[in-house]
Amino acid sequence: MAAAADAVEFSYFPGCSLATSAKENNRSLMKVCRKLGFKLVELEDWNCCGSSSTHSIHSDLAFHFACRNLSLAPAGRPLLVACPSCMLRLKQAQLHLQADPDARRRYERMWGRPVDTNLSIIHFFELLDNGFGAGSNPKLQAALKGLRFAPYYGCMLTRPPAMRHEKSYHGLLEKVLGSFGAEPIGWGHPSRCCGTFLSVAKPAVVTPMVNQIIQGAVDAKADCIITACAMCHLNLEIRCSLKTQLPIFHFSEILSIALGMGIKKSWLMRHLVDPLPLLKIKGFLEKAAGG
Amino acid sequence: MVSMQPQDIIRINASSGPVHSGVISRVVERSGTDIRRCFHCQSCGGGCPVSQAMAYRPNGVIRLLQLGQVREALQSSDIWYCIGCNTCSMACPQAIDIAAFMDVMRQMAIEEGVPLAEPDILAFHREVVGSIHRYGRTHKLEIMMRYKLGQRDLFSDIDLGLRMLAKRKLDLLPSKISDQRAIKRIFETCGVKGNGRSR
Repeated sequence: MAAAADAVEFSYFPGCSLATSAKENNRSLMKVCRKLGFKLVELEDWNCCGSSSTHSIHSDLAFHFACRNLSLAPAGRPLLVACPSCMLRLKQAQLHLQADPDARRRYERMWGRPVDTNLSIIHFFELLDNGFGAGSNPKLQAALKGLRFAPYYGCMLTRPPAMRHEKSYHGLLEKVLGSFGAEPIGWGHPSRCCGTFLSVAKPAVVTPMVNQIIQGAVDAKADCIITACAMCHLNLEIRCSLKTQLPIFHFSEILSIALGMGIKKSWLMRHLVDPLPLLKIKGFLEKAAGG
Repeated sequence: MVSMQPQDIIRINASSGPVHSGVISRVVERSGTDIRRCFHCQSCGGGCPVSQAMAYRPNGVIRLLQLGQVREALQSSDIWYCIGCNTCSMACPQAIDIAAFMDVMRQMAIEEGVPLAEPDILAFHREVVGSIHRYGRTHKLEIMMRYKLGQRDLFSDIDLGLRMLAKRKLDLLPSKISDQRAIKRIFETCGVKGNGRSR
């Protein structure tokens, strides 16, 4: 595990979910980043990325929402994105700007400055995709010992054809958490969509989707599901109608335990499926810092 | 093997009113993806997480357009159930951006004024867009309450809403941006009103 002496700076785009319903994801992610020597500077006055609803009914509006965010990013500092869906929107807008001179003209007319088409936009996973893990430290290697988890990426790994050449983070949850002693289970639903926004208008469609995912993890004898996305986390928690429900953790929360910083009570109390019994059994709770 | 005769195609077209000539090229232009490449292997529907709620599945919607049944395609529930997860695009051997295609189909359905199969999903989308108009970001509690009010369905998720409030998953107040003028300018330029409808 490498800890940089000088903090590397990033502009940080949390997105609507992490700023509100998934604050525990936001806080644990910031904490983990600090520990790893990354300094996140929240993108000043960021707006909704234009995801799901907006691009569903107004492509143009979604494009300009994404562009405003890109226009706010200071030059020379990579833009770090926490949510897979926001990542896709911002990246797609950038690809569009790179490929289409007319899109660049529209951007410049709107924001009165040239586009920085070389702005580096990266997902949180990228920070961990350099062999990051417990390394040869025996204490770290045992930090998550005894935890059987279902790695759940949702649609983090799926992309439109224009982004086929972008890097895939398939297997990252398993690799990273596995190095800390957790045991990833093999199962059939790591990339099954959680149902996203249909959860509000069509719960009757989303509940069977969520049930199938959670039942898959139960059948594979997982203790919990670990998600890459805040939206997935919410849907898995609110739309499961099974008798046996599994605790759902954000990747960043589990990383916080792995790195010896414990898991905060203020994060846990925001979970709808109580994770306390599992954490107690596994002995992860005594490491929990208060607050 | 049963082969399709020209008169069959004419009959199919006749059942759906006048053929919208050029509709496919319009869709291709707007979506930036060439749906003419589709050879109907059905990989898209095979992996689609919402295909059970669809009548035609993604390649079926493309087929309707190829057969000139534009109204059927625009009136289908399929285009509203698509959640844009891109699972289909990953499976598509022809690299068709099906999610982008579905975006355009929804937008054309609204513009053409055809009866929509899933007006409640559109109502939800408009609430989200309205929330961004007001705050620059989405305010989940207000979106859910306004949506439920609009649907005259106040009780179906009330216990869930209360649980989420108790767990502080729903903020009472919105997270707002300060440069509201910039957001209003985007809406103005795109010809979209504060209620999510086009001007």
